[in-house]
Amino acid sequence: MSYEKAQSKNVIWDWLTTVDHKKIGIMYLAGGAFFFALGGLEAILMRIQLMFPEFSFVQAQTFNELLTMHGTTMIFLAAMPLLFGFMNFIIPLQIGARDVAFPFLNALGFWLFLFGGLLLNVSWFVGGAPDAGWTAYVPLSSESPGHGLDYYVLGLQVGGLGTLIGGINFLVTIINMRAPGMSMMRMPLFTWSSFVASMLILFAFPALTIGLLLLMLERLFGGTFFAVDFGGNVIIWQHLFWIFGHPEVYILILPAFGIFSEILPTFAKKRLFGYSAMVFATLIIGFLGFMVWAHHMFTVGMGPVANAIFAVATMAIAVPTGIKIFNWLLTLWGGRIQFTTANLFALGFIPSFVMGGVTGVMLATSAANYQFHDTYFVVAHFHYVIIGGVVLGLFGGAFYWWPKMFGYRLNETLGKWFFWLFLTGFHLTFFVQHFLGLMGMQRRVASYLGGQGLESMNFISTMGAFLMTIAFILFLINIFVSTNNKENAADPWDGRTLEWTTPSPVPEYNFAQTPLVRDLDAYWYEKYEGDGKMKAAEPLGDIHMPNGTILPVLISLGLIIASFGFIYMVIPLIIAGLGVTFGSMFVRSIKEDHGYHIPVEEIKRDKEEG
Amino acid sequence: MKYIWRLLPISFILLMTGCGVENLSALDPQGPVAEMQYSLIQLSLYIMIFVMVIVFSIYIFVIYRFREKPGDTHIPKQVHGNRTLEIIWTTIPILLLLMLAIPNVMDTFTLADVGVTDEEAGEGEEIDHITIDVTAHQFWWEFDYPEYEITSGQEMYIPTDTRIIINLQSSDVIHSFWVPALAGKQDNVPGIENDMWFEAPEEGVYMGKCTELCGPSHWQMDFKVIAVDPDTFDTWATNMAEPPEQVTDPEGEVAVDGRGVFEQSCISCHAVGDEGGNTGPNLTNYGEREALAGYLDPTDENLEAWLRDTQEYKPGNEMPNFNHDAINDEEMEALIAYLNELKILED
Repeated sequence: MSYEKAQSKNVIWDWLTTVDHKKIGIMYLAGGAFFFALGGLEAILMRIQLMFPEFSFVQAQTFNELLTMHGTTMIFLAAMPLLFGFMNFIIPLQIGARDVAFPFLNALGFWLFLFGGLLLNVSWFVGGAPDAGWTAYVPLSSESPGHGLDYYVLGLQVGGLGTLIGGINFLVTIINMRAPGMSMMRMPLFTWSSFVASMLILFAFPALTIGLLLLMLERLFGGTFFAVDFGGNVIIWQHLFWIFGHPEVYILILPAFGIFSEILPTFAKKRLFGYSAMVFATLIIGFLGFMVWAHHMFTVGMGPVANAIFAVATMAIAVPTGIKIFNWLLTLWGGRIQFTTANLFALGFIPSFVMGGVTGVMLATSAANYQFHDTYFVVAHFHYVIIGGVVLGLFGGAFYWWPKMFGYRLNETLGKWFFWLFLTGFHLTFFVQHFLGLMGMQRRVASYLGGQGLESMNFISTMGAFLMTIAFILFLINIFVSTNNKENAADPWDGRTLEWTTPSPVPEYNFAQTPLVRDLDAYWYEKYEGDGKMKAAEPLGDIHMPNGTILPVLISLGLIIASFGFIYMVIPLIIAGLGVTFGSMFVRSIKEDHGYHIPVEEIKRDKEEG
Repeated sequence: MKYIWRLLPISFILLMTGCGVENLSALDPQGPVAEMQYSLIQLSLYIMIFVMVIVFSIYIFVIYRFREKPGDTHIPKQVHGNRTLEIIWTTIPILLLLMLAIPNVMDTFTLADVGVTDEEAGEGEEIDHITIDVTAHQFWWEFDYPEYEITSGQEMYIPTDTRIIINLQSSDVIHSFWVPALAGKQDNVPGIENDMWFEAPEEGVYMGKCTELCGPSHWQMDFKVIAVDPDTFDTWATNMAEPPEQVTDPEGEVAVDGRGVFEQSCISCHAVGDEGGNTGPNLTNYGEREALAGYLDPTDENLEAWLRDTQEYKPGNEMPNFNHDAINDEEMEALIAYLNELKILED
């Protein structure tokens, strides 16, 4: 393909076929935001149902479907893709690369996620969504009637494949594509934490894949891995699920930690305190994250030895997390703290996450966990870490990187309203749930009886959920009313890292010349120690770019067609779907594709305009 | 100090400790196991409040002291880090966690040691104890007392001041057995037998719940643990094994008719005395139940509504709806009268 041809595609075809990490990042954000809104709607329906005792707003069966889909959607289809959106867009910019290592795989990962998520949600319209909780414990899940759980198994299998591909891609990108001078210990913390999260993906997702495969064999092909009557064991599923599931929560929180580690130094105007301790703590958290999965299973009867070991290992995670908290506080110490919306989210994160962290240590206390387990105390805890950590990170990251990604700044006044309403609503919703749990309210209940002292706190909790909804609507409004706010979008915050050296919006080749990195916070170093411009590590020349391709869409589409074939056991559909997938892979393998070059004149013209 | 509100949660915790409905709340323990767990919760809470006070104090100070003032454009000193500080905030948390980890490991082993096995008891063991096999079903509880050869449904009678050894099983999916005021939970896992123990020093009715998602009627899968003095318990156990006459062979005319309806429509699943199936809860002492179907007020109206429309109340349970063709109004009245007479503790 020539350069001219590459520039002249129509808009929809361009986005369908793009392999540009920035466009894929934006698509991840859009897809993730859609599913976030969907999961939020499911949450609101549940909170309305729990507003009054013995309320009949939704039926118990529907409630079970809502709670399953809320959890599954928020974890797999909202939080992860939203983080992947930032990782895709920001990591190549932060390490001074022109794209990720495998642009084609990057596109494939996105389309697998999107089609997998849509497949999962088709279940709502064809007889009922999965209803066994996002953890899908057997035998409730293996014996669940209808096709809901089949959609769960295949939707997550397809989506999970996309995540695994994405994780591998980030690992290779970060190892191989750093600009000259950027040693591992000069990488920005967001890139570091994404690197560790990608390692966790690489090792954790195969456990999920195997678990889902066994569950699929059980449900669709009469397998008996979990069938007690045939000598099966139902606890195996829980181990497989949590060997994946516990690292998964660190896959979510580590990139969020990374975002805060970018925001806090930027708005305190100060270098990150204890950079190497932060890197080390991130690695330790990632490592320990694999050692603690059974703390989700203290009550299944593993015995006191296993319970004691996993309890102590879990408590140990508090140490590196504490190191991070104190280093963030010391980053602020002596700084000049600016209260921008992005920084408000980072500052709101610290106390919120500490509250979620301390309840985590309480839950790790295995003997006391017998009281906490599967109650609203647990619900409160993981929403404090996931919303107080991941979601605040996502919103903070959105306000921070929005000018870079979309070329305009979000309105600060609306943003601050959004922050305060959201934070208030969040604490209102979940703080009382700690007490609800200890007062005898178990989790995943479609209703509760009156006269047990649970009414008023449930009502308060629902009010908080409404407040969070209103806040989120303010954020959506902000996106649309701020589009003219284009002033100083390239480097609005006096940024420290390489992404702020590019124009906003970022040209498709990212850097006209690959930059030379001379310190951690490379751009800050050039601003205050050099002449304010990055040194170039290469002469100006033609830039080689990959061609767009529709094949990732076709590969993903084929798997979805085959999935429908498996769910309803229609053999021709299975063959047709797999045919499309493997046919597309075959085309990809034999078709020579050398990409195209952006001529140096174009780049020079961009530079003059910029 | 506009961030002072962040301290509110802590005072909240202190205020609210000990709240909740009596005999349901884990914050109001009524037996040694729940007390052990409550004191562990308190210990962890105090350590964590200590941590939060330190973190929040630094946080509030830093945000207030180092906020950007109008017109301030200075560039702060770019500090790299401080090794001494890193060592301090690595070591102190480790010490704090050890303070929690050690008692926790001890308690974990204490709780796992159900203490008296049947064999030991034969060799002159001191502790009074009984064993109860708890089998969870969608969506009700079966309590078997192997030493007494009796079975009870939905309500577990126990003697006070006696160690209760619980064996947990499930007949279908995973459930979890939780009586917050007496003890934390353990799971009922199909194919695996778990055990736990607790004691109730005080007489009372303790509320229990299923805490593992088990289907659409999960939230209604409640039960009661009823602690009575050992003498009453002995009477109860004897009468459960050999119920008084009015239970299997009632006297009043209406009740006799009711017994007929019961033998026609109910007995294949529900036992009274030693007659009847065990697909559903044993009804020998139905007339003394604290709750109908585990969670409803045991009134005549509720009972009729429950029998007529059980799938509406607890969707997915195994009992069919009994419409007017199956049991007419007259028969229903008789059946309810009979069921209300199923009392074994009072004459």
